[in-house]
Amino acid sequence: MVIPSSLKNGLRLFYVLKISAAGFKCTANRGLILQSVSSDVYQNLAVEDWIHDNMNLENRQVLFLWRNSPTVVIGRHQNPWQECNLKIMRKKNIKLARRRSGGGTVYHDLGNINFTFFTPKKKYERMENLKLVVKALKGLRPQLDVHATDRYDLLLDGNFKISGTAAKLGRTVAYHHCTLLCSADRFLLSSVLKSPYKGIKSNATPSMPALVKNLFEEDPTLTYEMVMDAVAAEYARCHQIDHHITLINPADETVFPGINNKTKELQTWEWIYGKTPKFSITTCFNMVYEQSLLEVKVDIHVKHGRIEVCNIDLPEQWLPPAMCNELEKNLIGSKFCPSETTALASALLRICPQNYELHSKWSLLCENVMTLM
Amino acid sequence: MAAVRALRSCSRTAGRLICVHHIRSCSSVRFIKSKYMSIFDKSAFKFNHQHRLFRTSATSNGQIVQFKLSDIGEGITEVTVKEWYVKEGDSVSQFDSICEVQSDKASVTITSRYDGIIRKLHYNLDEIAFVGKPLVDIETDALKDVASEEDVVETPAVSHEEHTHQEIKGHKTLATPAVRRLAMENNIKLSEVVGTGKDNRILKEDILNYLAKQTGAILPPSPKPEIIPPLPKSETAPAAPKDKGTKIPIPISKPIVFAGKDKTEAVTGFHKAMVKTMTAALKIPHFGYCDEIDLTQLVQLREELKPLAQVRGVKLSFMPFFIKAASLGLMHYPILNASVDENCQNITYKASHNIGVAMDTEQGLIVPNVKNVQVCSVFEIAFELNRLLTLGSAGQLGTNDLTGGTFTLSNIGTIGGTYAKPVILPPEVAIGALGKIQVLPRFNGNGEVFKAQIMNVSWSADHRIIDGATMARFSNLWKSYLESPASMLLDLK
Repeated sequence: MVIPSSLKNGLRLFYVLKISAAGFKCTANRGLILQSVSSDVYQNLAVEDWIHDNMNLENRQVLFLWRNSPTVVIGRHQNPWQECNLKIMRKKNIKLARRRSGGGTVYHDLGNINFTFFTPKKKYERMENLKLVVKALKGLRPQLDVHATDRYDLLLDGNFKISGTAAKLGRTVAYHHCTLLCSADRFLLSSVLKSPYKGIKSNATPSMPALVKNLFEEDPTLTYEMVMDAVAAEYARCHQIDHHITLINPADETVFPGINNKTKELQTWEWIYGKTPKFSITTCFNMVYEQSLLEVKVDIHVKHGRIEVCNIDLPEQWLPPAMCNELEKNLIGSKFCPSETTALASALLRICPQNYELHSKWSLLCENVMTLM
Repeated sequence: MAAVRALRSCSRTAGRLICVHHIRSCSSVRFIKSKYMSIFDKSAFKFNHQHRLFRTSATSNGQIVQFKLSDIGEGITEVTVKEWYVKEGDSVSQFDSICEVQSDKASVTITSRYDGIIRKLHYNLDEIAFVGKPLVDIETDALKDVASEEDVVETPAVSHEEHTHQEIKGHKTLATPAVRRLAMENNIKLSEVVGTGKDNRILKEDILNYLAKQTGAILPPSPKPEIIPPLPKSETAPAAPKDKGTKIPIPISKPIVFAGKDKTEAVTGFHKAMVKTMTAALKIPHFGYCDEIDLTQLVQLREELKPLAQVRGVKLSFMPFFIKAASLGLMHYPILNASVDENCQNITYKASHNIGVAMDTEQGLIVPNVKNVQVCSVFEIAFELNRLLTLGSAGQLGTNDLTGGTFTLSNIGTIGGTYAKPVILPPEVAIGALGKIQVLPRFNGNGEVFKAQIMNVSWSADHRIIDGATMARFSNLWKSYLESPASMLLDLK
């Protein structure tokens, strides 16, 4: 269902984008402010990809405003197992996305605003962008104590992080995006961004945990609409353009040809989990079986999200060694993922000797191994 | 494109020609240098398929250029190499991605400035790379100009996107930089080439076809190659001769250009486990038994009960009825709910009817089961099925739900099909596959035709311990419960 005004905007945007794609010098428009109508993180990240790949930013810059439904977004080179609690996320249906820019892990929900500043690579200036945001906030509420740090964070009251930054540089285009906590669920944020997994050894970029606060907590009259509008106004002022926000639908192929493929790619397991740099898990856990406590040592190496090496050390003869070997052998090459492991373990159980004790031991071991994933 | 250059250098050194079928770009070289006729030399097959292989084996007369890490901005002097997209020996074109580096929360994609072959990677993963120092060594063709050391600044006509527009003789032609280079090298005017890509974009194939048309198609079996009028690209067999009588041109078909490559992957993870399970399954001597069920009354009953179940928050499909009827049948024929050991020396009659339901998920086929159907009501079964379906689609089924099944039903009819030949899942001994429900004409007791809702069922059972008669009787009982659902009331426990 398309509302005529947004359709008109869509067509206008299409021509604007198309004209820019043709490389025509368009001195009239030196900037564009876009806002997504979607709260799907994959669609919104795909818009960033699309603009990065398809728009000519030689003579124009773009500001993109977006918000997402509850999602954890990890940086390009990060390890989700190290950064967040995948178990809670699965239970609460919180999505996981990997963005293409670097940096650390953040939690998004509708109380968080994302700003993306698109510039030609030569005009890549993160501090300028952050100063713009600070100026906009101070314009709204002059008594607000907000400033940018040299790590490109925004701190409220000197202590609390309200914004984190990441950037992506391509051949000719660069973008810098940052979050802004307005009224996000802080408690869910802290529980979800704490990894329960032990024994991970990895070279992935680590995140720096920080104390956070919402702008709303400082001033309950500040809404996300006001903040978005203020930043857009400041951007318009800086780039001498109309303070006009164009709404865009990230699923519209006529305006963004090829965007649905980008959205799909961002949702694949290969991108989200498979792009995790090589890592290993070396840990041990205890299992209780019929009133006896058993110690199990595990050493698993994961590359491209798949198990490359798998060693499970069980107490002697607790399970027939052949069965344990079978599990280890079959896990190699399989995705480091609980649903794949469950399916695999259950399939293997069909061809093992049918014996209640063996089955319950096997199930217990598999359930425990899955807690590592 | 790089292949063309390398071929030229190869043909200079090797002095003989290579099998035309395997290397698409090869044909363009042949047409340019017509003195190299096609010679079907057995040794030429050494150079087939891996054009990359022979390129590296050709004597290199390109020069090695050190591609330095260019300035990233913001005064950054060092970055960490996070991912390589190429390895030594790979060929790259200008603007291809080489690697991903990271510096202080910024992820940078480094693209190649040159066309050529990667000869050396100066850093390993997670090492620190320095701006201004060499990142990779690329071997470029000596004949080509090496781009200047400054950052590549695009020429005004070219924008940074992949597809550029160009005004030639008043109409725009779309083509990628690589295609333009190919055209330029072969002195072809893009305006004369017919583009077959999207928006009439000119693709590499179009340039090659244009070249082929220019110099005529040559093919080995025909001893006298004739230059024939240009054929449409997709034509394989020659068209039927339109002119009757007189001279029919010898049909010459062009080499079929297909750029696809076979892809081999290892069978891993869950699929590997399935290989083992299915191999074990087919060791069981299966026999099949099929029948047709008239579900007209059941369809009506379900329509009545659906809203009641909805009120209780449960979606009611046909499966709970099929499952319950199966359990009632198993009570009379417990051998179908049994299990045999490996050498078929002992049969274990299972007390619980844990009926598995085949489910198609992202992983593939998984079979969670509803436990103890013999003591569950149809509603309870529906509730449990809902739970399993939700967990299954979220990929959150536990081992408990996936193991312990004693009998399986596969409702393949939701996807389609009528009769099937299901494979028994060990350690079970029987399985049923349900086809789709179709509306078909049937005769009733008075000899009148009526509209019936017909579903087909295909059973498979282990013939070592189950005989056809048992299966047939079980099926008839199951069928009778479903054809007159009221009869289920008599035997429900």
